[in-house]
Amino acid sequence: MWESLFAPFADFGFMRRALLGCVAISVGATPVGVFLMLRRMSLTGDAMAHAILPGAAVGYLVSGLSLGAMTVGGLIAGMAVALLSGFVTRVTALREDASLAAFYLISLALGVLIVSTRGSNVDLMHVLFGTVLALDDTALILLCSIASLSVLTLALLFRPLVLECADPQFLRSVSGLSAATHFIFLALVVMNLVGGFHALGTLLAVGIMILPAAAARFWAASIGGMIVAAVVVALLSCLSGLLLSYHYGLPSGPAIILLAGLAYGFSLVLGPEGGLVARTLSRRFLKT
Amino acid sequence: MTHAIAFQNFTLGYNQHPAVLHLQAEIADGSLTAIVGPNGAGKSTLLKGVVNALSPLSGQVSFGSIAREDIAYLPQLSEVDLSFPISVVELVAMGLWRKVGPFGRLGRDYRTRIAEAISAVGLNGFEDRPIGSLSSGQMQRALFARLLLQDARLVLLDEPFTAIDARTMADLIGIVRRWHGEGRTVLAVLHDFDVIRAHFPETLMLARQLVAHGPTAQVLTAENQFRARQMCEACAGPPHTCGRSAA
Repeated sequence: MWESLFAPFADFGFMRRALLGCVAISVGATPVGVFLMLRRMSLTGDAMAHAILPGAAVGYLVSGLSLGAMTVGGLIAGMAVALLSGFVTRVTALREDASLAAFYLISLALGVLIVSTRGSNVDLMHVLFGTVLALDDTALILLCSIASLSVLTLALLFRPLVLECADPQFLRSVSGLSAATHFIFLALVVMNLVGGFHALGTLLAVGIMILPAAAARFWAASIGGMIVAAVVVALLSCLSGLLLSYHYGLPSGPAIILLAGLAYGFSLVLGPEGGLVARTLSRRFLKT
Repeated sequence: MTHAIAFQNFTLGYNQHPAVLHLQAEIADGSLTAIVGPNGAGKSTLLKGVVNALSPLSGQVSFGSIAREDIAYLPQLSEVDLSFPISVVELVAMGLWRKVGPFGRLGRDYRTRIAEAISAVGLNGFEDRPIGSLSSGQMQRALFARLLLQDARLVLLDEPFTAIDARTMADLIGIVRRWHGEGRTVLAVLHDFDVIRAHFPETLMLARQLVAHGPTAQVLTAENQFRARQMCEACAGPPHTCGRSAA
Protein backbone atom coordinates (compact mmCIF):
# COMPACT_ATOMS: atom_id res chain seq x y z
CA MET A 1 0.00 0.00 0.00
CA TRP A 2 2.57 2.59 1.15
CA GLU A 3 4.93 1.13 -1.39
CA SER A 4 2.61 1.86 -4.28
CA LEU A 5 1.79 5.36 -2.93
CA PHE A 6 5.30 6.61 -2.24
CA ALA A 7 7.73 4.48 -4.18
CA PRO A 8 7.03 6.13 -7.56
CA PHE A 9 7.92 9.53 -6.15
CA ALA A 10 10.90 8.25 -4.14
CA ASP A 11 12.37 6.31 -7.04
CA PHE A 12 11.80 8.52 -10.04
CA GLY A 13 12.84 12.14 -10.52
CA PHE A 14 10.30 12.74 -13.27
CA MET A 15 7.47 11.81 -10.89
CA ARG A 16 8.75 14.28 -8.29
CA ARG A 17 8.98 16.99 -10.93
CA ALA A 18 5.50 16.20 -12.15
CA LEU A 19 4.21 16.42 -8.58
CA LEU A 20 5.89 19.78 -8.00
CA GLY A 21 4.49 21.12 -11.28
CA CYS A 22 1.02 19.95 -10.29
CA VAL A 23 1.26 21.52 -6.83
CA ALA A 24 2.23 24.83 -8.45
CA ILE A 25 -0.70 24.68 -10.85
CA SER A 26 -3.13 23.68 -8.09
CA VAL A 27 -2.09 26.53 -5.82
CA GLY A 28 -1.92 29.14 -8.60
CA ALA A 29 -4.72 28.32 -10.99
CA THR A 30 -7.42 26.87 -8.76
CA PRO A 31 -8.20 30.06 -6.75
CA VAL A 32 -8.53 31.91 -10.06
CA GLY A 33 -10.90 29.16 -11.13
CA VAL A 34 -13.07 29.77 -8.05
CA PHE A 35 -13.55 33.37 -9.13
CA LEU A 36 -14.17 32.31 -12.73
CA MET A 37 -16.95 30.04 -11.49
CA LEU A 38 -18.43 32.65 -9.14
CA ARG A 39 -18.48 35.22 -11.96
CA ARG A 40 -20.20 32.69 -14.22
CA MET A 41 -17.21 32.80 -16.51
CA SER A 42 -16.37 29.08 -16.48
CA LEU A 43 -16.94 28.80 -20.21
CA THR A 44 -14.98 32.01 -20.77
CA GLY A 45 -12.04 30.25 -19.19
CA ASP A 46 -12.53 27.34 -21.55
CA ALA A 47 -12.70 29.63 -24.56
CA MET A 48 -9.57 31.46 -23.52
CA ALA A 49 -7.69 28.20 -23.06
CA HIS A 50 -8.38 27.37 -26.71
CA ALA A 51 -7.50 30.89 -27.75
CA ILE A 52 -3.98 30.45 -26.40
CA LEU A 53 -3.22 27.73 -28.94
CA PRO A 54 -2.33 29.77 -32.06
CA GLY A 55 0.00 31.99 -30.02
CA ALA A 56 1.78 28.96 -28.65
CA ALA A 57 1.79 27.48 -32.15
CA VAL A 58 3.45 30.55 -33.64
CA GLY A 59 6.03 30.39 -30.87
CA TYR A 60 6.56 26.74 -31.79
CA LEU A 61 6.89 27.67 -35.46
CA VAL A 62 9.57 30.24 -34.68
CA SER A 63 11.70 28.18 -32.34
CA GLY A 64 10.42 24.63 -32.03
CA LEU A 65 9.36 23.24 -28.66
CA SER A 66 10.88 26.21 -26.86
CA LEU A 67 9.31 27.06 -23.54
CA GLY A 68 9.88 30.82 -23.68
CA ALA A 69 8.60 31.37 -27.22
CA MET A 70 5.48 29.29 -26.67
CA THR A 71 4.74 31.00 -23.36
CA VAL A 72 5.07 34.51 -24.75
CA GLY A 73 3.04 33.56 -27.82
CA GLY A 74 0.30 32.05 -25.66
CA LEU A 75 0.15 35.10 -23.39
CA ILE A 76 -0.16 37.46 -26.35
CA ALA A 77 -2.82 35.40 -28.10
CA GLY A 78 -4.84 34.87 -24.91
CA MET A 79 -4.88 38.54 -23.98
CA ALA A 80 -5.65 39.53 -27.57
CA VAL A 81 -8.71 37.28 -27.70
CA ALA A 82 -9.90 38.44 -24.27
CA LEU A 83 -9.61 42.09 -25.26
CA LEU A 84 -10.95 41.67 -28.80
CA SER A 85 -14.03 39.79 -27.68
CA GLY A 86 -14.66 42.43 -25.01
CA PHE A 87 -14.24 45.10 -27.69
CA VAL A 88 -16.63 43.35 -30.09
CA THR A 89 -19.22 43.04 -27.32
CA ARG A 90 -19.01 46.75 -26.58
CA VAL A 91 -19.16 48.10 -30.14
CA THR A 92 -21.42 45.58 -31.89
CA ALA A 93 -24.71 43.83 -31.21
CA LEU A 94 -23.03 40.47 -30.53
CA ARG A 95 -23.11 39.18 -26.94
CA GLU A 96 -19.89 38.34 -25.14
CA ASP A 97 -20.44 34.55 -25.17
CA ALA A 98 -20.99 34.50 -28.92
CA SER A 99 -18.02 36.72 -29.71
CA LEU A 100 -15.78 34.66 -27.42
CA ALA A 101 -16.95 31.45 -29.03
CA ALA A 102 -16.26 32.88 -32.47
CA PHE A 103 -12.77 33.99 -31.53
CA TYR A 104 -11.78 30.76 -29.84
CA LEU A 105 -13.04 28.54 -32.65
CA ILE A 106 -11.01 30.58 -35.13
CA SER A 107 -8.01 30.43 -32.81
CA LEU A 108 -8.26 26.68 -32.29
CA ALA A 109 -8.45 25.96 -36.01
CA LEU A 110 -5.58 28.33 -36.71
CA GLY A 111 -3.48 26.82 -33.95
CA VAL A 112 -3.91 23.23 -35.06
CA LEU A 113 -3.21 24.28 -38.65
CA ILE A 114 0.01 26.07 -37.73
CA VAL A 115 1.34 23.22 -35.59
CA SER A 116 0.56 20.56 -38.18
CA THR A 117 2.21 22.43 -41.07
CA ARG A 118 5.56 22.24 -39.35
CA GLY A 119 5.54 19.59 -36.70
CA SER A 120 4.57 15.98 -36.31
CA ASN A 121 1.46 14.60 -34.69
CA VAL A 122 3.54 14.00 -31.58
CA ASP A 123 4.19 17.74 -31.29
CA LEU A 124 0.51 18.46 -31.79
CA MET A 125 -0.39 16.03 -29.02
CA HIS A 126 2.21 17.69 -26.82
CA VAL A 127 0.65 21.12 -27.27
CA LEU A 128 -2.92 19.91 -26.98
CA PHE A 129 -2.51 17.55 -24.05
CA GLY A 130 0.69 18.61 -22.31
CA THR A 131 3.55 16.59 -20.89
CA VAL A 132 3.38 16.66 -17.14
CA LEU A 133 5.82 13.74 -16.93
CA ALA A 134 8.48 15.56 -18.94
CA LEU A 135 8.77 18.89 -17.14
CA ASP A 136 12.34 20.22 -17.17
CA ASP A 137 13.90 22.75 -14.79
CA THR A 138 12.94 25.82 -16.78
CA ALA A 139 9.35 24.62 -17.07
CA LEU A 140 9.18 24.02 -13.32
CA ILE A 141 10.63 27.44 -12.56
CA LEU A 142 8.08 28.98 -14.92
CA LEU A 143 5.17 27.11 -13.31
CA CYS A 144 6.27 28.06 -9.79
CA SER A 145 6.84 31.71 -10.74
CA ILE A 146 3.40 31.93 -12.32
CA ALA A 147 1.81 30.35 -9.26
CA SER A 148 3.58 32.75 -6.87
CA LEU A 149 2.75 35.80 -8.96
CA SER A 150 -0.84 34.65 -9.29
CA VAL A 151 -1.36 34.09 -5.56
CA LEU A 152 0.24 37.45 -4.70
CA THR A 153 -1.84 39.33 -7.27
CA LEU A 154 -5.01 37.64 -6.12
CA ALA A 155 -4.25 38.60 -2.51
CA LEU A 156 -3.74 42.24 -3.49
CA LEU A 157 -6.79 42.25 -5.71
CA PHE A 158 -9.04 40.30 -3.36
CA ARG A 159 -11.34 43.02 -2.05
CA PRO A 160 -11.97 44.85 -5.33
CA LEU A 161 -12.42 41.52 -7.10
CA VAL A 162 -15.06 40.35 -4.61
CA LEU A 163 -16.87 43.66 -5.04
CA GLU A 164 -16.56 43.47 -8.81
CA CYS A 165 -18.16 40.02 -8.69
CA ALA A 166 -20.87 40.73 -6.12
CA ASP A 167 -21.97 44.22 -7.17
CA PRO A 168 -20.08 45.67 -10.15
CA GLN A 169 -22.41 48.66 -10.37
CA PHE A 170 -21.55 49.64 -6.80
CA LEU A 171 -17.80 49.32 -7.39
CA ARG A 172 -18.13 51.53 -10.47
CA SER A 173 -20.02 54.12 -8.45
CA VAL A 174 -17.46 54.37 -5.65
CA SER A 175 -14.17 53.74 -7.38
CA GLY A 176 -12.36 53.76 -10.69
CA LEU A 177 -10.89 50.33 -10.04
CA SER A 178 -13.63 48.33 -11.75
CA ALA A 179 -12.15 48.19 -15.25
CA ALA A 180 -8.62 47.64 -13.92
CA THR A 181 -9.85 44.81 -11.69
CA HIS A 182 -11.56 43.08 -14.59
CA PHE A 183 -8.52 43.44 -16.81
CA ILE A 184 -6.02 42.19 -14.22
CA PHE A 185 -8.31 39.25 -13.49
CA LEU A 186 -8.40 38.31 -17.19
CA ALA A 187 -4.62 38.61 -17.28
CA LEU A 188 -4.44 36.22 -14.31
CA VAL A 189 -6.65 33.72 -16.13
CA VAL A 190 -4.50 33.83 -19.26
CA MET A 191 -1.27 33.62 -17.29
CA ASN A 192 -2.42 30.55 -15.37
CA LEU A 193 -3.72 28.87 -18.51
CA VAL A 194 -0.40 29.41 -20.22
CA GLY A 195 1.37 27.92 -17.21
CA GLY A 196 -1.07 25.05 -17.07
CA PHE A 197 -0.75 24.21 -20.74
CA HIS A 198 2.89 23.16 -20.39
CA ALA A 199 1.78 20.46 -17.97
CA LEU A 200 -1.74 19.58 -19.02
CA GLY A 201 -2.01 20.98 -22.56
CA THR A 202 -4.20 23.78 -23.87
CA LEU A 203 -7.33 21.64 -23.87
CA LEU A 204 -7.08 20.31 -20.33
CA ALA A 205 -5.37 23.22 -18.52
CA VAL A 206 -8.72 24.80 -17.83
CA GLY A 207 -9.92 21.57 -16.20
CA ILE A 208 -7.74 22.01 -13.13
CA MET A 209 -9.19 25.53 -12.79
CA ILE A 210 -12.89 24.78 -13.13
CA LEU A 211 -13.50 21.24 -11.83
CA PRO A 212 -12.02 21.72 -8.33
CA ALA A 213 -13.80 25.08 -8.08
CA ALA A 214 -17.12 23.53 -9.04
CA ALA A 215 -16.54 20.74 -6.50
CA ALA A 216 -15.59 23.27 -3.79
CA ARG A 217 -18.90 25.05 -4.18
CA PHE A 218 -20.51 22.05 -2.46
CA TRP A 219 -18.15 22.06 0.52
CA ALA A 220 -17.94 25.68 1.67
CA ALA A 221 -20.26 28.65 1.99
CA SER A 222 -17.64 31.42 2.10
CA ILE A 223 -15.16 32.48 -0.58
CA GLY A 224 -12.16 31.70 1.61
CA GLY A 225 -13.52 28.26 2.39
CA MET A 226 -14.19 27.60 -1.28
CA ILE A 227 -10.65 28.53 -2.27
CA VAL A 228 -9.17 26.22 0.37
CA ALA A 229 -11.51 23.38 -0.60
CA ALA A 230 -10.74 23.86 -4.30
CA VAL A 231 -6.98 23.77 -3.74
CA VAL A 232 -7.32 20.62 -1.64
CA VAL A 233 -9.44 18.95 -4.34
CA ALA A 234 -6.92 19.97 -7.01
CA LEU A 235 -3.96 18.64 -5.00
CA LEU A 236 -5.66 15.32 -4.31
CA SER A 237 -6.66 14.88 -7.96
CA CYS A 238 -3.12 15.64 -9.09
CA LEU A 239 -1.55 13.20 -6.64
CA SER A 240 -3.98 10.39 -7.37
CA GLY A 241 -3.96 11.13 -11.11
CA LEU A 242 -0.18 10.85 -11.27
CA LEU A 243 -0.22 7.56 -9.34
CA LEU A 244 -2.98 6.19 -11.52
CA SER A 245 -1.10 7.04 -14.68
CA TYR A 246 2.11 5.57 -13.25
CA HIS A 247 0.64 2.26 -12.16
CA TYR A 248 -1.64 1.66 -15.14
CA GLY A 249 0.37 3.33 -17.87
CA LEU A 250 -2.32 5.91 -18.61
CA PRO A 251 -1.67 9.41 -19.98
CA SER A 252 -1.26 11.58 -16.89
CA GLY A 253 -3.04 14.81 -17.95
CA PRO A 254 -6.38 13.16 -18.70
CA ALA A 255 -6.01 10.95 -15.59
CA ILE A 256 -5.64 14.03 -13.37
CA ILE A 257 -8.59 15.84 -14.93
CA LEU A 258 -10.76 12.71 -14.80
CA LEU A 259 -10.06 12.32 -11.10
CA ALA A 260 -10.93 15.98 -10.58
CA GLY A 261 -14.14 15.17 -12.44
CA LEU A 262 -14.71 12.26 -10.10
CA ALA A 263 -14.23 14.59 -7.12
CA TYR A 264 -16.76 16.93 -8.70
CA GLY A 265 -19.31 14.12 -9.11
CA PHE A 266 -18.73 12.97 -5.53
CA SER A 267 -19.21 16.55 -4.21
CA LEU A 268 -22.29 17.01 -6.35
CA VAL A 269 -23.94 14.08 -4.62
CA LEU A 270 -22.53 14.23 -1.09
CA GLY A 271 -21.43 17.87 -0.59
CA PRO A 272 -23.05 19.48 2.48
CA GLU A 273 -23.66 22.84 0.76
CA GLY A 274 -26.52 22.13 -1.59
CA GLY A 275 -25.42 18.68 -2.72
CA LEU A 276 -28.08 16.23 -3.88
CA VAL A 277 -28.21 14.23 -0.64
CA ALA A 278 -28.15 17.34 1.57
CA ARG A 279 -30.98 18.86 -0.44
CA THR A 280 -33.14 15.77 -0.32
CA LEU A 281 -32.58 15.38 3.42
CA SER A 282 -33.46 19.00 4.20
CA ARG A 283 -36.59 18.75 2.08
CA ARG A 284 -37.70 15.63 3.91
CA PHE A 285 -36.93 17.36 7.19
CA LEU A 286 -39.21 20.24 6.22
CA LYS A 287 -42.04 17.89 5.31
CA THR A 288 -42.18 15.95 8.56
CA MET B 1 -30.25 79.15 -0.66
CA THR B 2 -27.49 77.26 -2.39
CA HIS B 3 -28.14 74.39 -4.75
CA ALA B 4 -26.99 70.80 -4.48
CA ILE B 5 -27.65 70.00 -8.14
CA ALA B 6 -28.13 72.38 -11.03
CA PHE B 7 -29.31 71.08 -14.42
CA GLN B 8 -28.55 73.36 -17.34
CA ASN B 9 -30.32 72.45 -20.57
CA PHE B 10 -29.63 68.84 -19.52
CA THR B 11 -30.45 66.32 -22.28
CA LEU B 12 -29.92 62.57 -21.93
CA GLY B 13 -30.68 59.69 -24.26
CA TYR B 14 -29.85 56.29 -25.64
CA ASN B 15 -28.51 55.89 -29.18
CA GLN B 16 -29.14 59.56 -29.87
CA HIS B 17 -32.82 59.20 -28.96
CA PRO B 18 -33.42 61.62 -26.13
CA ALA B 19 -35.09 60.37 -22.93
CA VAL B 20 -34.72 63.60 -20.96
CA LEU B 21 -35.01 66.88 -22.83
CA HIS B 22 -33.59 70.32 -22.02
CA LEU B 23 -34.03 70.01 -18.27
CA GLN B 24 -33.49 73.30 -16.47
CA ALA B 25 -33.81 72.96 -12.69
CA GLU B 26 -32.04 73.43 -9.38
CA ILE B 27 -32.31 71.05 -6.44
CA ALA B 28 -31.77 72.97 -3.21
CA ASP B 29 -29.09 71.89 -0.78
CA GLY B 30 -30.63 69.79 1.98
CA SER B 31 -33.93 69.32 0.20
CA LEU B 32 -35.99 66.12 0.14
CA THR B 33 -37.36 65.76 -3.38
CA ALA B 34 -39.53 63.15 -5.06
CA ILE B 35 -39.26 62.64 -8.82
CA VAL B 36 -42.53 61.58 -10.42
CA GLY B 37 -43.82 61.09 -13.93
CA PRO B 38 -45.47 58.54 -16.22
CA ASN B 39 -43.64 55.43 -17.45
CA GLY B 40 -41.00 56.36 -19.96
CA ALA B 41 -40.70 59.87 -18.59
CA GLY B 42 -36.95 59.56 -18.08
CA LYS B 43 -36.91 59.45 -14.27
CA SER B 44 -34.35 56.65 -13.89
CA THR B 45 -32.41 58.02 -16.83
CA LEU B 46 -32.13 61.34 -15.02
CA LEU B 47 -30.54 59.69 -11.97
CA LYS B 48 -28.12 57.81 -14.21
CA GLY B 49 -27.18 61.12 -15.75
CA VAL B 50 -26.52 62.61 -12.31
CA VAL B 51 -24.11 59.82 -11.34
CA ASN B 52 -22.53 60.02 -14.78
CA ALA B 53 -23.41 56.44 -15.68
CA LEU B 54 -24.78 58.07 -18.84
CA SER B 55 -23.14 61.06 -20.52
CA PRO B 56 -25.41 63.95 -21.46
CA LEU B 57 -26.15 64.49 -25.15
CA SER B 58 -26.08 68.20 -24.42
CA GLY B 59 -26.17 70.58 -21.49
CA GLN B 60 -24.63 69.82 -18.13
CA VAL B 61 -25.19 69.05 -14.48
CA SER B 62 -23.22 70.74 -11.72
CA PHE B 63 -23.11 70.09 -8.00
CA GLY B 64 -22.47 73.29 -6.01
CA SER B 65 -20.26 72.37 -3.09
CA ILE B 66 -20.84 68.61 -3.31
CA ALA B 67 -18.00 66.51 -4.70
CA ARG B 68 -18.76 63.62 -7.05
CA GLU B 69 -17.45 61.26 -4.37
CA ASP B 70 -20.13 62.53 -2.02
CA ILE B 71 -22.98 61.02 -4.02
CA ALA B 72 -24.59 57.70 -3.11
CA TYR B 73 -26.85 55.99 -5.65
CA LEU B 74 -29.27 53.09 -5.19
CA PRO B 75 -30.33 51.85 -8.62
CA GLN B 76 -33.78 50.44 -9.31
CA LEU B 77 -32.61 46.96 -10.19
CA SER B 78 -29.44 46.55 -8.24
CA GLU B 79 -26.88 44.35 -9.97
CA VAL B 80 -26.07 42.53 -6.74
CA ASP B 81 -25.33 38.89 -7.54
CA LEU B 82 -27.51 37.14 -4.96
CA SER B 83 -25.83 33.80 -5.49
CA PHE B 84 -22.44 35.25 -4.59
CA PRO B 85 -21.26 33.84 -1.26
CA ILE B 86 -21.01 36.94 0.91
CA SER B 87 -22.85 37.70 4.13
CA VAL B 88 -25.03 40.65 5.09
CA VAL B 89 -22.18 42.16 7.11
CA GLU B 90 -19.87 42.00 4.13
CA LEU B 91 -22.43 43.57 1.80
CA VAL B 92 -23.08 46.40 4.25
CA ALA B 93 -19.36 46.92 4.87
CA MET B 94 -18.93 47.78 1.17
CA GLY B 95 -20.40 51.16 2.11
CA LEU B 96 -17.09 52.03 3.78
CA TRP B 97 -15.11 51.59 0.53
CA ARG B 98 -14.28 55.27 0.17
CA LYS B 99 -12.79 55.34 3.67
CA VAL B 100 -11.17 51.92 3.77
CA GLY B 101 -10.31 51.36 0.11
CA PRO B 102 -8.96 48.14 -1.37
CA PHE B 103 -6.33 47.50 1.31
CA GLY B 104 -7.35 49.36 4.48
CA ARG B 105 -8.06 47.54 7.71
CA LEU B 106 -11.59 47.34 9.12
CA GLY B 107 -10.72 48.59 12.61
CA ARG B 108 -12.91 48.41 15.68
CA ASP B 109 -14.32 51.88 14.99
CA TYR B 110 -15.54 50.80 11.56
CA ARG B 111 -16.92 47.53 12.89
CA THR B 112 -19.00 49.47 15.40
CA ARG B 113 -20.35 51.66 12.62
CA ILE B 114 -21.27 48.62 10.54
CA ALA B 115 -23.11 47.11 13.51
CA GLU B 116 -24.93 50.42 14.08
CA ALA B 117 -26.00 50.64 10.44
CA ILE B 118 -27.31 47.07 10.53
CA SER B 119 -29.36 47.68 13.65
CA ALA B 120 -30.61 51.02 12.25
CA VAL B 121 -32.28 49.11 9.41
CA GLY B 122 -33.55 46.39 11.79
CA LEU B 123 -31.43 43.53 10.49
CA ASN B 124 -30.01 42.47 13.87
CA GLY B 125 -29.44 38.76 13.93
CA PHE B 126 -29.05 38.57 10.13
CA GLU B 127 -25.39 39.63 10.09
CA ASP B 128 -23.94 36.31 9.04
CA ARG B 129 -26.73 35.21 6.71
CA PRO B 130 -25.73 34.83 3.06
CA ILE B 131 -27.33 37.58 0.97
CA GLY B 132 -29.04 34.97 -1.19
CA SER B 133 -31.27 33.95 1.73
CA LEU B 134 -32.78 37.41 2.24
CA SER B 135 -36.29 38.41 1.17
CA SER B 136 -36.53 41.40 -1.15
CA GLY B 137 -37.53 43.61 1.77
CA GLN B 138 -34.58 42.43 3.86
CA MET B 139 -32.27 42.94 0.89
CA GLN B 140 -33.50 46.51 0.52
CA ARG B 141 -32.86 47.04 4.25
CA ALA B 142 -29.30 45.77 3.78
CA LEU B 143 -28.76 48.09 0.82
CA PHE B 144 -30.02 51.01 2.93
CA ALA B 145 -27.53 50.05 5.64
CA ARG B 146 -24.81 50.25 3.02
CA LEU B 147 -26.10 53.68 1.98
CA LEU B 148 -25.98 54.75 5.66
CA LEU B 149 -22.28 53.86 5.80
CA GLN B 150 -21.55 55.70 2.58
CA ASP B 151 -22.35 58.82 4.57
CA ALA B 152 -23.01 60.78 1.38
CA ARG B 153 -24.24 64.35 1.21
CA LEU B 154 -26.39 63.61 -1.82
CA VAL B 155 -28.45 60.41 -1.87
CA LEU B 156 -30.20 59.24 -5.06
CA LEU B 157 -32.84 56.51 -4.75
CA ASP B 158 -34.50 54.89 -7.76
CA GLU B 159 -37.89 53.44 -6.77
CA PRO B 160 -36.57 52.34 -3.37
CA PHE B 161 -39.93 51.14 -2.05
CA THR B 162 -41.08 48.97 -4.94
CA ALA B 163 -41.88 45.32 -4.13
CA ILE B 164 -41.37 45.59 -0.38
CA ASP B 165 -43.84 45.23 2.48
CA ALA B 166 -45.47 48.14 4.30
CA ARG B 167 -43.49 47.64 7.49
CA THR B 168 -40.16 47.74 5.68
CA MET B 169 -41.28 50.77 3.72
CA ALA B 170 -42.17 52.62 6.93
CA ASP B 171 -38.77 51.81 8.43
CA LEU B 172 -36.88 52.88 5.32
CA ILE B 173 -38.88 56.12 5.06
CA GLY B 174 -37.76 56.74 8.64
CA ILE B 175 -34.16 56.52 7.43
CA VAL B 176 -34.82 58.87 4.53
CA ARG B 177 -36.33 61.37 6.97
CA ARG B 178 -33.31 60.98 9.23
CA TRP B 179 -31.03 61.89 6.29
CA HIS B 180 -33.22 64.90 5.64
CA GLY B 181 -32.92 65.92 9.30
CA GLU B 182 -29.13 65.67 9.03
CA GLY B 183 -29.15 68.18 6.19
CA ARG B 184 -28.38 65.70 3.38
CA THR B 185 -29.97 66.18 -0.02
CA VAL B 186 -32.21 63.28 -1.05
CA LEU B 187 -33.67 62.71 -4.50
CA ALA B 188 -36.00 59.73 -4.91
CA VAL B 189 -37.95 58.37 -7.89
CA LEU B 190 -41.34 57.35 -6.48
CA HIS B 191 -44.80 56.28 -7.63
CA ASP B 192 -46.91 56.36 -4.49
CA PHE B 193 -48.43 59.85 -4.27
CA ASP B 194 -49.68 59.29 -0.68
CA VAL B 195 -46.14 58.58 0.46
CA ILE B 196 -44.87 61.64 -1.39
CA ARG B 197 -47.53 63.92 0.07
CA ALA B 198 -46.83 62.64 3.58
CA HIS B 199 -43.05 62.70 3.56
CA PHE B 200 -41.54 64.59 0.62
CA PRO B 201 -41.71 68.40 0.81
CA GLU B 202 -40.51 68.96 -2.78
CA THR B 203 -41.54 67.25 -6.01
CA LEU B 204 -40.16 67.36 -9.53
CA MET B 205 -42.55 66.11 -12.21
CA LEU B 206 -40.97 64.90 -15.39
CA ALA B 207 -42.40 63.84 -18.73
CA ARG B 208 -39.15 63.80 -20.66
CA GLN B 209 -39.32 67.56 -20.24
CA LEU B 210 -39.86 69.34 -16.96
CA VAL B 211 -43.56 69.56 -16.11
CA ALA B 212 -43.37 71.21 -12.72
CA HIS B 213 -40.96 71.56 -9.83
CA GLY B 214 -41.64 72.97 -6.37
CA PRO B 215 -43.53 72.31 -3.15
CA THR B 216 -45.29 68.96 -3.42
CA ALA B 217 -48.84 70.30 -2.93
CA GLN B 218 -48.39 72.68 -5.87
CA VAL B 219 -46.82 70.08 -8.17
CA LEU B 220 -49.03 67.04 -7.59
CA THR B 221 -52.16 68.60 -9.05
CA ALA B 222 -54.61 66.87 -11.35
CA GLU B 223 -53.84 69.45 -14.02
CA ASN B 224 -50.08 68.74 -13.94
CA GLN B 225 -50.65 65.00 -14.06
CA PHE B 226 -52.92 65.40 -17.08
CA ARG B 227 -50.30 67.56 -18.78
CA ALA B 228 -47.56 65.02 -18.01
CA ARG B 229 -49.60 62.18 -19.49
CA GLN B 230 -50.28 64.19 -22.61
CA MET B 231 -46.63 65.09 -23.03
CA CYS B 232 -45.77 61.41 -22.71
CA GLU B 233 -48.38 60.25 -25.21
CA ALA B 234 -45.60 60.83 -27.70
CA CYS B 235 -43.57 58.44 -25.53
CA ALA B 236 -46.15 55.72 -25.94
CA GLY B 237 -45.53 55.69 -29.70
CA PRO B 238 -43.00 53.45 -31.43
CA PRO B 239 -40.27 52.48 -28.99
CA HIS B 240 -37.45 54.04 -30.96
CA THR B 241 -38.91 57.50 -30.45
CA CYS B 242 -38.91 57.02 -26.71
CA GLY B 243 -35.96 56.34 -24.38
CA ARG B 244 -35.32 52.63 -24.56
CA SER B 245 -35.09 51.73 -20.91
CA ALA B 246 -36.26 55.09 -19.67
CA ALA B 247 -38.70 53.80 -17.11
